[in-house]
Amino acid sequence: MKISNLTALSKVMLLVAGLLFIGSLFVPMWRIELEAPQYPEGLVLQLHANKIGGDVDIINGLNHYIGMATLHSENFLEFTILPYIFGVFAIISLVLIFINNRKAVLVFFTFFVLFVILAGIDFYRWNYEYGHNLDPNAAIKVPGMAYQPPLIGYKQLLNFGAYSIPDIGGWMLTGAGVLLFLVILKEFKFKKSI
Amino acid sequence: MGESDKTVFNFNKMKNKFIKAVVVLILGSSLITSCKPKNSGDVVSGDAAQKVYVAPGKYDEFYNFVSGGFSGQMSVYGLPSGRMLKVVPIFSVDPESGWGFSEETKPMLNTSEGFIPWDDQHHLELSQTNGEVDGRWIFANANNTPRIARVDLKRFKTAEIIELPNSAGNHSSPFITENTEYVVAGTRFGIPSDYEDGDVPINTYKQNFKAHISFIKVDKESGKMDLSFQLRLPGVNFDLSHAGKGKSHGWFFFTCYNSEQANTLLEVNASQNDKDFIMAVNWKKAEEYIKAGKGKIEKTKYAHNTWNDETHTGTSVIKDEVLVLDAMAMKDICYLMPCPKSPHGCDVDPTGEYIVGSGKLAALIPVFSFDKMTKAIAKKDYEGNYEGIPVLKYKSVLYGEVQKPGLGPLHTEFDGKGNAYTTFFVSSEVVKWDIKTLKVLDRVPTYYSVGHLCIPGGDSKKPFGKYLIAYNKITKDRYLPTGPELTQSAQLYDISGDKMKLLLDFPTIGEPHYAQAAPADLIRNNGQLKFYDIKKNNHPRVAKGEKETKVVREGNKVHVYMTMIRSHFSPDNIEGIKVGDDVYFHITNLEQDWDVPHGFSIRRAQTAELLIMPGETATLNWKPTKVGMVPFYCTDFCSALHQEMSGYIRVSPAGSNVPISYSLGTNLPASSTK
Repeated sequence: MKISNLTALSKVMLLVAGLLFIGSLFVPMWRIELEAPQYPEGLVLQLHANKIGGDVDIINGLNHYIGMATLHSENFLEFTILPYIFGVFAIISLVLIFINNRKAVLVFFTFFVLFVILAGIDFYRWNYEYGHNLDPNAAIKVPGMAYQPPLIGYKQLLNFGAYSIPDIGGWMLTGAGVLLFLVILKEFKFKKSI
Repeated sequence: MGESDKTVFNFNKMKNKFIKAVVVLILGSSLITSCKPKNSGDVVSGDAAQKVYVAPGKYDEFYNFVSGGFSGQMSVYGLPSGRMLKVVPIFSVDPESGWGFSEETKPMLNTSEGFIPWDDQHHLELSQTNGEVDGRWIFANANNTPRIARVDLKRFKTAEIIELPNSAGNHSSPFITENTEYVVAGTRFGIPSDYEDGDVPINTYKQNFKAHISFIKVDKESGKMDLSFQLRLPGVNFDLSHAGKGKSHGWFFFTCYNSEQANTLLEVNASQNDKDFIMAVNWKKAEEYIKAGKGKIEKTKYAHNTWNDETHTGTSVIKDEVLVLDAMAMKDICYLMPCPKSPHGCDVDPTGEYIVGSGKLAALIPVFSFDKMTKAIAKKDYEGNYEGIPVLKYKSVLYGEVQKPGLGPLHTEFDGKGNAYTTFFVSSEVVKWDIKTLKVLDRVPTYYSVGHLCIPGGDSKKPFGKYLIAYNKITKDRYLPTGPELTQSAQLYDISGDKMKLLLDFPTIGEPHYAQAAPADLIRNNGQLKFYDIKKNNHPRVAKGEKETKVVREGNKVHVYMTMIRSHFSPDNIEGIKVGDDVYFHITNLEQDWDVPHGFSIRRAQTAELLIMPGETATLNWKPTKVGMVPFYCTDFCSALHQEMSGYIRVSPAGSNVPISYSLGTNLPASSTK
């Protein structure tokens, strides 16, 4: 057996990673939870691969006070591209089973990590854009105040506390990444030592 | 001078005797006062506060729906805290919400004699399935202009009102059968029926006055009411009623007084007979006769008003006939059980076996047995008949009498543990007694002169026990005084133990009569509506977005299609309105968020404000009478910029040629708007 061939376990992990990529298309990837004294029930913005979900209309309504631009799925090119990217990721994961080559897995994993970094930068860029590009005629103007939500974690924005965290889809992608990493670890490190 | 000197002299002479007398008086009165019953301060036990304390942000355990009496509305309280949660407008106009003032709600208060803005609301009954409270609707009666309303408990809004023909003083209503098959309503006043000549001398009461009992069918799914048939009966005063349940399902029981058929000085003339009646109605049998075509269609007029949640509009339909079954001619629908002393309350225990009648002037409580009644009917054990209706022998139908319970029994509720609780108006107390043994177990005073009482589920097959609420007729010194008109009140008792314990007094609106209570979760989890879906708004004049707002003149009628959203109206500048115009503001609240109603008020509006829920459309009619500038604004503090939520209407003289124009956020050049 050639050393570059994948073990059965690795193939199963690739299969699972592929399914996770597909699954992530149907559930929200990311969520920004908002809490305020007037909203004990909380508000949530959910980012799917293809759209913005959750209480978008209510949040858009509230954001007009600070002059933030309203959110509309069609204004983001990302929502058109992302479903294809995840679809391709899923196909690659499954194809890798048949390619049966650990180096190919390494290349894909590197590519995936690069994608995650780029996506993070893109998300930050949009957060910055919406948080800073405010209507000068807004009713509420707090000097020096920007309303950029956190990339990840918690931030207080006036009366709202904002938590930015992965949603189910985000965890599925994380799972897929971890599985790819485990495949590489297993195929490169443990096999050598045998 | 001389007179007063004489007095002083006499006083001095009698001084010794006088002091002795004073001492005797003081001693005597202190002896007497120490024998007086303890006052309420002593009646409340130490842990009462803890038992009624509902911490901030926590929910009450029960909803308590309380009739609003002469306010015409229904109030809703939380128990055990006694905190008021809402007043639901039903039979009286409510300027606060626009009920009866908005164009959409006006049809809800329509009757066969036009729009009626007030009524007297006495009794409430929660809908039931299998004899248990199901938390879907609550039915309310209007006593004065006979009507029955159905309130939808997902929205806490009046969904339907049906007027009752051939009826006056709709008192023995709105009681329901155990699967809400029927809502039943009996008339308190005998009157000549609508289908006979009513222009007769009053002293022809005995020949011309009749009573009718209405059976209103309720649709299982939608709750929609339909006046199915009426029973024509002798002209007695039907007072209260309750349906049979379990074994007695299929029967309905009504108390009646004035079997003397007096038409003047009733307090004397209607109190002559030692016994009046509880009338048992075999409504299943009545249904059979109706099916067999024994009913007669009679001409009359009554309004049937329904609310549509998608058009946000009420519709009033005047119906012109009713099916009447002459119960005096059909010998086996109704039976009379003699009941002492002008009976009032008519209550059936959870098993359906015992029927408790409360003679207002009696010093005992008769308890009738359903089994004995059916046996007596089978044996035709009659002592006579009353205008064709068989009168059963008292002894043949009586289970027993509660001896010396108190004075003036009125109403009875049940705890589901074999106990009954009866209110006594005259002796101002609630008395707990055992249904089987008829022994008095406990008594507590009420402050003062209790009328109705309520135990959660207390008139259903499944009472929830735990609390008893007494609704009093007199409050006197119980609260801080507020001039001659004092607050009305309710009192909460803990009935979980052997002894009843007073926990709390709380004020109520109107005069509370009958009330209902249900576990909070039953109502809270029934699919409570948070706001109306604007996508489902089918109001003919809705504006589903600011782009759809407009002002349209049609002759002297002007229709303003307006929207409201935090924190502006669209449009908020309107010109071209003229004195003499008939202006209709059709306003849609565009919000789709929880708890964001907006209000709408116009300076010197002849009507009221509108309070519009998210996703709802409502219309206010306004007839400007003065030239000038008319501001309007939002009345419900909706956001930090609520005070900015306002606008202007320019009113020009009649015949002015200022064109209709409207805008939001923009101004036309000054030169073009002279």
